[in-house]
Amino acid sequence: MQFMLLFSRQGKLRLQKWYVAHPDKAKKKITRELITTILARKPKMSSFLEWRDLKIVYKRYASLYFCCAIDQEDNELLTLEVIHRYVELLDKYFGSVCELDIIFNFEKAYFMLDELVVGGEVCETSKKNVLKAIAAQDLLQEDEAVEGALREIGLY
Amino acid sequence: MPAVRGDGMRGLAVFISDIRNCKSKENEVKRINKELANIRSKFKGDKTLDGYQKKKYVCKLLFIFLLGHDIDFGHMEAVNLLSSNKYTEKQIGYLFISVLVNTNSDLIKLIVQNIKNDLNSRNPVHVNLALQCIANIGSKEMAEAFGHDIPKLLVSGETMDVVKQSAALCLLRLFRTNPDIIPGGEWTSRIIHLLNDQHLGVVTAASSLIEALVKLNPDEYKGCVSLAVSRLSRIITASYTDLQDYTYYFVPAPWLSVKLLRLLQHYPPPEDPGVRGRLNECLDAILNKAQEPPKSKKVQHSNAKNAVLFEAISIIIHSDSEAALLVRACNQLGQFLSHRETNLRYLALETMCLLATSEFSHEAVKKHQETVINSLKTERDVSVRQRAVDLLYAMCDRTNAEQIVHEMLNYLESADYSIREEMVLKVAILAEKYAGDYTWYVDVILNLIRIAGDYVSEEVWYRVIQIVVNREDVQGYAAKTVFEALQAPACHENMVKVGGYILGEFGNLIAGDKRSAPQVQFQLLHSKYHLCSASTRALLLTTYIKFINLFPEIKTEIQNILKCDSNLRCSDAELQQRASEYLHLSLVTSTDVLATVLEEMPPFAEKESSILAVLKKKSGRMSAQEAHKEARAAGGAGGAAAAVAAGAVKNSTNDKNAKNSSADLFGISTPPVNSQNNSSSNTGVLVDVLGDLYSSSNNSSMPSVATNGTNSASPATLTSGVTDNIKKFVCKNNGVLYENDIIQIGVKSEFRQNLGRIGVFYGNKTSMPLQGFLPSVSISSADSGRVSVQVKPVESTIEAGAQVQQFVNCECIDHFEDLPEMLVCFTYGSVPQRLSLKLPLSINKFFEPTDMNGESFFARWKNLSSPSQESQQIFKTTCPMESGSIRTKVMGFGMQILEGIDPNPENFVCAGILHTRTQQIGCLMRLEPNRQAQMYRLTIRASKDGTAKILCNLLSQQF
Repeated sequence: MQFMLLFSRQGKLRLQKWYVAHPDKAKKKITRELITTILARKPKMSSFLEWRDLKIVYKRYASLYFCCAIDQEDNELLTLEVIHRYVELLDKYFGSVCELDIIFNFEKAYFMLDELVVGGEVCETSKKNVLKAIAAQDLLQEDEAVEGALREIGLY
Repeated sequence: MPAVRGDGMRGLAVFISDIRNCKSKENEVKRINKELANIRSKFKGDKTLDGYQKKKYVCKLLFIFLLGHDIDFGHMEAVNLLSSNKYTEKQIGYLFISVLVNTNSDLIKLIVQNIKNDLNSRNPVHVNLALQCIANIGSKEMAEAFGHDIPKLLVSGETMDVVKQSAALCLLRLFRTNPDIIPGGEWTSRIIHLLNDQHLGVVTAASSLIEALVKLNPDEYKGCVSLAVSRLSRIITASYTDLQDYTYYFVPAPWLSVKLLRLLQHYPPPEDPGVRGRLNECLDAILNKAQEPPKSKKVQHSNAKNAVLFEAISIIIHSDSEAALLVRACNQLGQFLSHRETNLRYLALETMCLLATSEFSHEAVKKHQETVINSLKTERDVSVRQRAVDLLYAMCDRTNAEQIVHEMLNYLESADYSIREEMVLKVAILAEKYAGDYTWYVDVILNLIRIAGDYVSEEVWYRVIQIVVNREDVQGYAAKTVFEALQAPACHENMVKVGGYILGEFGNLIAGDKRSAPQVQFQLLHSKYHLCSASTRALLLTTYIKFINLFPEIKTEIQNILKCDSNLRCSDAELQQRASEYLHLSLVTSTDVLATVLEEMPPFAEKESSILAVLKKKSGRMSAQEAHKEARAAGGAGGAAAAVAAGAVKNSTNDKNAKNSSADLFGISTPPVNSQNNSSSNTGVLVDVLGDLYSSSNNSSMPSVATNGTNSASPATLTSGVTDNIKKFVCKNNGVLYENDIIQIGVKSEFRQNLGRIGVFYGNKTSMPLQGFLPSVSISSADSGRVSVQVKPVESTIEAGAQVQQFVNCECIDHFEDLPEMLVCFTYGSVPQRLSLKLPLSINKFFEPTDMNGESFFARWKNLSSPSQESQQIFKTTCPMESGSIRTKVMGFGMQILEGIDPNPENFVCAGILHTRTQQIGCLMRLEPNRQAQMYRLTIRASKDGTAKILCNLLSQQF
């Protein structure tokens, strides 16, 4: 996978992840171009399209579009399921996820993606294992928060 | 505001809410600027910030960046967070860096140190953060810094599974940046054995890595084949409960299955019968499962199942040896063609294209012709229709060509504009390839022009003319048909061109019919004349002079047209020249001479249709398909070789095309007298060499070889101008290299990728034979091994007035500096002659022009910043600074001129790739003419050290 974009029906970019280096300007251009192209497509159309020398795979979940760019030899159907697995993870974590969750907790959305996909390839497909990793992170975070609070009142 | 998870940075949540509550874009910008000022002052302030605050501010910056604003500070604070011992702070630091830091940032060094510390940490979550960061950025520096540690980490027995997974993919990313970091040796077998790992997550990640390694070096990793097959077999035969959480919607480990199947596609079918049998069992099982009722109605189930199925079909197509499997695959896809899921129809059409090229399944694919034609008519998604067109094209053969072409023509009338041009090319190719009867072919092409004239490129209408000229049996029919087509009240200009050419050549064949008498033909054509562009008018003028020869009875009428002011005093120089020369020709020459000069065109040289080349160029998808086909045709000698061959064919035909178009089929650029030489010598090559002479020798007089008469003035200037001539060849491929009273040496060369062929033409200008004729070529010692030339032998005698040609094949191995030496020895009238020349073979011949936009140009320019990658020269001009001629030279140099990048329109900015056997060298150039000072500044940057200097020296001599 070369990159993944999340954007809203209004065309606002909510998350971007690049697995191939591009200058910022190029990223902006690609993003703009794809958002326009995809938003113009009708619901019954196929989820795949050819774009430059890449294949674009996208799917809409409620108000959010998830869009991945993959290489010619990559598997389109399975890319749809990478997207779905990611949505499931977000859903499980936030408890029926909505766009606002991703706006306010964008860093969590990134961390979760990093557990699922590393360097553009699927790393861990087991939902349980990813959630376990994220839960472990949260635990560390809480410990550190408690520690911080204790330190503040001079008890640590 | 929704609940914030974890420790919740309250300040961040408040800020995000603020932004969301902004009523207008201006308000938002104002709020953001306020926040940026606040963060800046906090970062600069005297009070040291604690980790939490730093984390919060860095996170805010990140959010602002994600909103689309530029962030130019905070990087140092983020790097500081990396060394925090708190996981959450570290994590935010890493996130900021992976999102905001580019691969070539100065910060990389600092980051690398921090990552090193974390990689050595005993805490696996820290190690993982570091690995993910490397995988996200994957810069060269990182490949250097960690290329040693990560391979070890991956195969070490102490590494935890989660870390192994990240390490495998991290290594994959670094491998893509720098393939040299992979250790090899004993490590290879350990990495292959990761396919046997207990943990399916580890196997999944490792198989991605191994697939990439295999792609580059299949031999080294061939041990993975049997391991991959047995792993696959275990998954396929597993029940969906066996693999627990790695079962996805009742499909066992789809990601791993697909990866393994991909991996196996890099190898031919296994030789070991056991392994091969097991693989075929797996493929069989996958095809069987496709027929089973679904275990779930969810689309996720069907997607995952079919993802594996398509990958299995892909490997079946790839091995192209099991007829039974191929036919089963085809039947399965046939079912998908009418599936209600658009995605499946799309993929089925796409995959069937490949099946159509296999001899085993071609017939099976043809069974679905009606369905495919139906999709063309009913699909609502243009990308699906496009696939249907592709498939029809692929399944077309002699038996169904008429129907398929008919359907495609029908569809063309309503086809989307975006795919019309490609369709026109496809129809033209199919019509030519499968034309049993050339009248059908002529009808199809004329229909194409009628239906989609704007999308009919030059190649298409050139081709119909070439075929009509070469095939006597169809000439009368073609003349009759174009005549009828031209009678339509509004006909496309391309129709006028084809009509003009064909009637000019073969109008006499239909002149017997009163309805198409000479007078009528002429008036019909001339009624379109004033509506046409200059190039079409030029073509029509030639038709008119041809008419004077064919139909003497309308000579006066045509002369009157040529005489009229709008032609004879036309502001377009080409039209004016034609009108006056043709008029004169018709006035002064006898009918015999006229008949010879205007004789029917000789047949065109048979070659691969140039249209095919255009189609291949147009779409990468197509060229993959064609390559596939050609690989099959060549007995499956390997797809890669065929792909190269396809590329080569493409280039060479393009070159020929370029020549054709400049000659506009008649040889517009040469004076009409020359057509006498054309028809008598009848070798396209010679015509080209001569054609070029006209433009290069200052329009002095006829070239001596052609007329066999020497011009007292020109040989002298030409002999003294030997070195000048060789210089000119840097920017052009054809022309006269050397000439004296005895011999003329012309050159015509073609280059593609890193290969080239130079045709050298030796013309004996005397009335005595040249004997002991022996040309040889040598490479300077400095360049030996960098360029290779192979000189074909040539006869040792050149008869009086004759011309012989010799081919020199050359290959660019590495960048080289000097032109090869060429020594031509022979005896003329018992006096030995020795000419020491240079072969016009300079490094720039191996350029491939590259188009790019301003952004990527500047990004690449910046990347090539080391002193040895750049060369600059400032020099005074030796010839007039005329932008037209500068452009011609720059284009001839072989790079792509990039328009609109340099703010000064006088300047030239170019890009190109130099193809050598060992590597491709990216080159960028900027040329700034300064008219006042009569100076140029030339700057070249190239990815290989030293190349820029060579190029700079070559080009600067041209001005």
